[in-house]
Amino acid sequence: MSSPDATLAPDSATPEIKPGAPSHGLISQETRDIIVNGLWTQNPGIVQLLGLCPLLAISNNIINALSLGLATTLVMAVSSGSVALVRNFIPHEIRIPAFVLIIAALVTIVELAMHAWVPALYILLGVFIPLITTNCIVLARVEAFASKRSTTHSVLDATMMGLGLTAVLVVLGGMREAIGKGTLFSGIDLALGPIAKDWVIPLAHDYNGFLLAILPPGAFIGLGLLIALRNRLLMRDKS
Amino acid sequence: MIGSPYILGRNSTSAIMLKVMLALIPGIVAHAWLFGPGIWVSLLLCSAFAIGFEALLLLLRGLPLKPFLSDNSALLTAWLLALSLPTLAPWWLYAIGIGIAIVVAKQLYGGLGQNLFNPAMVGYAALIVSFPVYMTQWAAPVALADHALTLWDAFDVVFAGQSSISADAYTSATVLDTWKTQVRLNTPAESILNQPIFGWAAGRGHEIVALMYLAGGLLLLSLKLITWHIPLAFLLGLTATAGVLHLIDPTQHASPLLHLLSGGAMLGAFFIATDPVSAASTPRGKLIYAGLAGFLIAIIRGFGSFPDGVAFAVLLMNMCVPFIDDYTQPRVFGHPRKRPKPSKP
Repeated sequence: MSSPDATLAPDSATPEIKPGAPSHGLISQETRDIIVNGLWTQNPGIVQLLGLCPLLAISNNIINALSLGLATTLVMAVSSGSVALVRNFIPHEIRIPAFVLIIAALVTIVELAMHAWVPALYILLGVFIPLITTNCIVLARVEAFASKRSTTHSVLDATMMGLGLTAVLVVLGGMREAIGKGTLFSGIDLALGPIAKDWVIPLAHDYNGFLLAILPPGAFIGLGLLIALRNRLLMRDKS
Repeated sequence: MIGSPYILGRNSTSAIMLKVMLALIPGIVAHAWLFGPGIWVSLLLCSAFAIGFEALLLLLRGLPLKPFLSDNSALLTAWLLALSLPTLAPWWLYAIGIGIAIVVAKQLYGGLGQNLFNPAMVGYAALIVSFPVYMTQWAAPVALADHALTLWDAFDVVFAGQSSISADAYTSATVLDTWKTQVRLNTPAESILNQPIFGWAAGRGHEIVALMYLAGGLLLLSLKLITWHIPLAFLLGLTATAGVLHLIDPTQHASPLLHLLSGGAMLGAFFIATDPVSAASTPRGKLIYAGLAGFLIAIIRGFGSFPDGVAFAVLLMNMCVPFIDDYTQPRVFGHPRKRPKPSKP
């Protein structure tokens, strides 16, 4: 787990968000900044590079990626909300153990829920569900954001960060699955039940499969290409 | 710019690469003579794909085409990969292998001179983990094949798939592969070695090709394009490790001679491990780097799940190169043998 301090640096580089800044239309500038930060500017997957362990291990198809991404998002949203609620009662010196306890309890709830309702998926994702506890992105948002800000904004920030991570996971999962197996949404029946068995989209007939994409090197190469793509888009914006 | 006492070297990158390719020609000719014309097709395809991918990536990176394409490094990578791959494989196998070698292992790292890993071996490793079935169907020696392929047949097989002629008629497993599967079935060593694909020392025909690579390697040595350290340490490491394993259990481990003359050992020792970019560069470092690579090959062949280990051994040692080079810096002339201890204030 990288130190949460590391995540403070990129945050401080973004323009100072003034509470109560003039609002444009329905949502305030602050809310908009939180959303854009989570999904794009400070995307945990391809900018902060946090939470790479599940990102690389589980993104071998879309369904795995989406399930773990949403589970992580749920844990992030609830734990950031809880921490923001109780932030003034936690002594500063022992805040990290307290945060981890809260996160671990919430992860256990998610784990038991998945075991009860989607057992096939639960077995497939295996150790990566309890490992959400140690995922640095969860603790990073709690420490860097929720322990200092209001509950509403903390929940919004964690949700957006989680969705940003999920988006990267799904794109990477889609790339790896399409290249590695020649399908999309394989294993959808594990998440939605046997009714979804026919929803798998085969992209090519007689596809030999390209195992490298499914194996860990495929995850690293794919993530590198996504980061490069983002940098390329930013460079084009600048010029 | 250069003062009077210096002599200008005549070796440009382009000329060095051409000379290395020239040194490969005896092996290639022997291969074509003993295993049929498939090698011409795979060399041609790999060269074409390599130039194509290199040009594409140079365009994407906004670099001029001519100076970089004419350094011949992409062509050499293509030849080394073509010689490591089975001939008569489907055309897309060469395309993917060269694509990974040139695009991922070379250009994404920054082009020639910046690549941490040997590009040809990265391509090979990616192919063998992804398509193990195609990677074990080698062209059978002409003397053993039921069906002698013409050059036209070879093109047909590579591009149209194996529809007209059954693959069994012109392919066979390699000796390393056969040895591995038969040993697992508890076949006695003598009856394995009596199979028709075994010749006097290693794979029938392959022995000659390996000796031709050795001759080409000696040519490189005499042209001073490589030093003796890497090939010698590489072959010694392999021989010693394979020899010890063979002495311990001759029923499980083949003789060192078979190891030396089969698979990619000779090609690896003289042409692949000596890659000036990804190999160690200090004299002592070269010995450590290549010796350990040879050791790893024998270990991977003996205990690993893949039949040949040259690619993995070279890649693993490529990773260690910065570390090895850092600790084996030669003593600069005139400097003391050991660094003086820092004097206490």
